[in-house]
Amino acid sequence: MSLTTTMTDDAQIVKVNADRIDAAMAIQFKEDMRAETESGADRVILDLSEVQFIDSSGLGAIVAAMKQLGGTRKLDLAGLTPMVEKVFRLTRMDTIFDLYGSLSDAIAPAEASS
Amino acid sequence: MVKTFACSFTATNLDARSGISSIVARLRSLGVPGARVDEVQIALTEAVNNIVEHAYESASPGKVRIRGEVYPEHLWISIQDAGAPYPKGELPEGKPADINVPAENLPEGGFGWFLIRELASQVQYERSEGSNKLSLCFEFKVTSPSAEV
Repeated sequence: MSLTTTMTDDAQIVKVNADRIDAAMAIQFKEDMRAETESGADRVILDLSEVQFIDSSGLGAIVAAMKQLGGTRKLDLAGLTPMVEKVFRLTRMDTIFDLYGSLSDAIAPAEASS
Repeated sequence: MVKTFACSFTATNLDARSGISSIVARLRSLGVPGARVDEVQIALTEAVNNIVEHAYESASPGKVRIRGEVYPEHLWISIQDAGAPYPKGELPEGKPADINVPAENLPEGGFGWFLIRELASQVQYERSEGSNKLSLCFEFKVTSPSAEV
């Protein structure tokens, strides 16, 4: 699983370079996220714009990635494609995370926040 | 006219992925509306994940056989495996996960049956001669404002 990190002034952007997060790669994703976010900004933005499909294992792995950041750091999600958005909405996980239509929305000044 | 198709694969995550991709491509080529194909893909993936993780959990992975019947207004997908039956021979209720909890207690799983029941219009389960057969129905009708006038 390939993740790419970019640092901005106040956030770490982690881009998922895969077209799916499913049962075959959920554990790897969780471990890679742990390594990627071991230290860094309090705000982590997960860029999901390449991800076309997610299943409940992938959803669970994103929840796990959020939990392993601990209480003081935050995981926001950006660039959800229609199927990914649908799975978040159906499971009401869209109420747990702050979702942004695109990465630029996520890093824009605070008034664009959802 | 009913159009049918079938496919089978070994119950591993990677074989399931390619098997389901081929079914998704087949549904598209048969003219099933795109939004429904997406929903079938989500529900079917969850059903097959359960087979990989639970039905064949204590055995070497066996086969998963999938059959589809596409009617003008709906489709049925049946998924067969020779693994362990569902506990007590009953399908999980698929209750929504409780997310009104502190972040550290949020669920990391248990969404699968909720998704299947949300997306399929009918769900049937049959255990016979050592195999499980799960059938899921999806309606094509898309609610649109003009349809209600």
